[in-house]
Amino acid sequence: MNGTSMAAPVLTLTERGLYCAAGDFFIDPWRPVDRALITHGHADHARSGHRRYLCTDACMPVMRHRLGEITGETVGYGETRQIGDATVSFHPAGHVPGSAQIRVEVAGEVWVVSGDYKTEADGLCETFQPVRCHTFISECTFGLPVFRWQPQAEVAAEINQWWATNKAEGRTSLLMAYSLGKAQRVLHLLDPEIGPILTHAAVENTNAVLRAQGLPLPDTIRITPELDRKAYPGALIVAPPSVLGSAWARRFGPLSTGFASGWMQMRGVRRRRAADRGFVISDHADWAGLLGAIKDTGAQSLFLTHGYTEIFTRYLREAGYDAHVLATEFGGEDTDDSTAAHAAQGEDAA
Amino acid sequence: MKRFAALFTAIDQTTRTTAKVAALADYFRTAPDDDKIWTIALFSGRRPKRAVTTTRLRDWAAEIAGVPLWLFEDSYSIVGDLAETIALVLPPAASVSDDSLSYWINLLRDLSQAEDEARKTAVLRAWDRLDTTERLVFNKLLTGGFRMGVSQKLMTRALAQATGKPEAELAHRLMGDWSPDSTGFAELIEADDPAADLSRPYPFCLAYGVDDLASLGPVTDWQAEWKWDGIRAQVIARGGKLFVWSRGEELITDRFPELARLAADLPDGTVLDGELVAWDGSAPMPFAVLQKRITRKTVPKKLLAEAPVILLAYDVLEHEGRDLRADPLATRRARLDSLLQTLPPDSPLRPSPLIAAPDWETLAHHRADAREMKAEGLMIKRLSSPYHVGRKRGDWWKWKLAPLTVDAVMIYAQSGHGRRANLFTDFTFAVWQGNDLVPFTKAYSGLTDAEFAEITRWVRRNTLQRYGPVRQVTPHHVFEIAFEGIQLSPRHKSGIALRFPRMLRWRQDKTVDQADSLDHLREMLAQYG
Ligand SMILES: [Zn+2]
Ligand SMILES: [Zn+2]
Repeated sequence: MNGTSMAAPVLTLTERGLYCAAGDFFIDPWRPVDRALITHGHADHARSGHRRYLCTDACMPVMRHRLGEITGETVGYGETRQIGDATVSFHPAGHVPGSAQIRVEVAGEVWVVSGDYKTEADGLCETFQPVRCHTFISECTFGLPVFRWQPQAEVAAEINQWWATNKAEGRTSLLMAYSLGKAQRVLHLLDPEIGPILTHAAVENTNAVLRAQGLPLPDTIRITPELDRKAYPGALIVAPPSVLGSAWARRFGPLSTGFASGWMQMRGVRRRRAADRGFVISDHADWAGLLGAIKDTGAQSLFLTHGYTEIFTRYLREAGYDAHVLATEFGGEDTDDSTAAHAAQGEDAA
Repeated sequence: MKRFAALFTAIDQTTRTTAKVAALADYFRTAPDDDKIWTIALFSGRRPKRAVTTTRLRDWAAEIAGVPLWLFEDSYSIVGDLAETIALVLPPAASVSDDSLSYWINLLRDLSQAEDEARKTAVLRAWDRLDTTERLVFNKLLTGGFRMGVSQKLMTRALAQATGKPEAELAHRLMGDWSPDSTGFAELIEADDPAADLSRPYPFCLAYGVDDLASLGPVTDWQAEWKWDGIRAQVIARGGKLFVWSRGEELITDRFPELARLAADLPDGTVLDGELVAWDGSAPMPFAVLQKRITRKTVPKKLLAEAPVILLAYDVLEHEGRDLRADPLATRRARLDSLLQTLPPDSPLRPSPLIAAPDWETLAHHRADAREMKAEGLMIKRLSSPYHVGRKRGDWWKWKLAPLTVDAVMIYAQSGHGRRANLFTDFTFAVWQGNDLVPFTKAYSGLTDAEFAEITRWVRRNTLQRYGPVRQVTPHHVFEIAFEGIQLSPRHKSGIALRFPRMLRWRQDKTVDQADSLDHLREMLAQYG
């Protein structure tokens, strides 16, 4: 019997979320708690109503933007904090700007909560760093071997080619992307030489918060009710998926629609979206990325959340890990399985 | 393959029909003849013979991908498409290939004679030279399931655009028993073909649904017929030949050899509109029987004897070469009746009977008998109406029976395929037998994506057991299941089988004990089976 399984668990699953008794705090809780450590600003991880928040410096502006005035502190990546008997630190998760994995150490026992993560460097958010630990609580949104992302540069070329073709055919390009993370990622990949870039207010508001932190985004034009929609022929619009088929979208004249998501890997899901094009680009790790990240932690004990947890867990067990499904209620009523819920709304798991 | 893969991508990447047709037309203008003829063959359901079993393909794909077979199978059940699953799990190709579509098809053909080891070597070598889309196409050629969201009709339209030949003529040229092995593009598409005109059908006149008959005025202005549950078809006898067209404007003559004799029995220059049904001598047989016939291009003798097909004719569009469509229905019907009277009694052509009624109420009573007549309801047609082109409101109405329904409990859930790969959409339903819930049908349509998303969340939290991709869930939700017919089925635990079951409503207002019983279904079986 090894030492890990004998030790008291650093984190336990409670009705409110992952709880650390040694430090009396929660990580990404889904019901109001006294003290919440937050991995990143997506809605199924960062909820309102907690008394005190702790997150990275880079995460806080987005949290305030989305949750309003919240009370809390921030830490830099890699900086340690003592909370009760627990030592905690935040490490880049590469998911969205400011996102973190949270390392919790109690009496020499180290657990890491991955939050959501992506292993490929995107040139925009802090690059994922593996953190050694005994127990790793990992997401596995895309935990099937059919998910293999192409290099980002190839997707960028596809998107820009699509845009240029649409422009030549007199169509406006409408690219749908989740407003925090994915939208900035695609903006960063666009070639501004092709034409003007317009943004939906939900995207532009997030852009403003991130630009203020120094994120390198191209120039964009905010779409307001007063904007002359005919003044930007051949433009590309970045907007959240909810606009697909709406009157808002129709006002731009002939459109070609594109959808940026890891789910676009599956033709069937792409067709359900009824967009003209699907671009396979995700803020989550693909199959190889997940396996590599897990290996790099050195952890023997694993808990899996998000996505195809049963399948992925079975695979890991056969590979010799002590792996378990973690039945989180991420998002409470909203995303106990973020893959299904988000995909239904046409979004990547947040 | 690159050119064909690009065509596949172009078609796959747009939801606009005009764009699909344009991409195909462009392909037909530029591709080499050998590839064009194979493309036509693929889009008209002519495939190279399957060279490798799907079992072997799965084994090889899992092996090359370095994943256990069960994981490959689970992935397949989520992706919903074997060719796609294989294309996605394989590691990136080591090299590229400039070989054409026909090269790969010929390679596949040679494989069917090869030993298993040689097949494996060839397939693995192909996978290693093709990119993801090319692999998908190659795998679809291997597995035979070639559907690209382009019907034969759209392909014909594209061919018309590319060649400048009329669509109807091309449709005729593509019919019959040709194969790319023996027929070239020029021969099939470009050579003179005086026979094309002979087969040309008229556009079908289509009906709208109706509920309120009072608004139609006096019943005496109308003609009523049974609405049969068969295949709408036009039968054309011209130039001593017979042609049968489906409503999808597909030429299906070869599938119904029993109709061939009509070429001699009908006067030259006759076009009839009616319904193909499997006929037991006095009434139509269930649609399931006819279904066995539809799917086959050549019909075995045994099936021909078990499921003989006739045409129940309800209109005549051409008589002795004269287009009658502008004549009033009453005149056309009289012409039809006198035409059919001259046929021998064993003819595979019968008039679809008229239903006389002095008022709408009587007609409503007749409609209530439709299920017993093996019909779906009534057709109501204005006696003075011409035969319209396509769907036109006002003269032709279909007055269908309401579906049968039963309240049932969801007990198993499975994720959907393709379009709904990450939602639970396929459910098994049960009814009560004493204190037990007996499964009796599956259904997977009828709810909105939002409802499916809601159920999916519920299923994940209320799973009792997992059997591979299937989850047994807490019996909690009641659904109203609608269906069109009910049959005895020894293969099912419940002893019954439903036709077209679907979820009509999610009865959130009902608890499980309010669901129906198996006895209730058995009563329905006794009444309508
Ligand atoms: Zn997220
Ligand atoms: Zn998440």
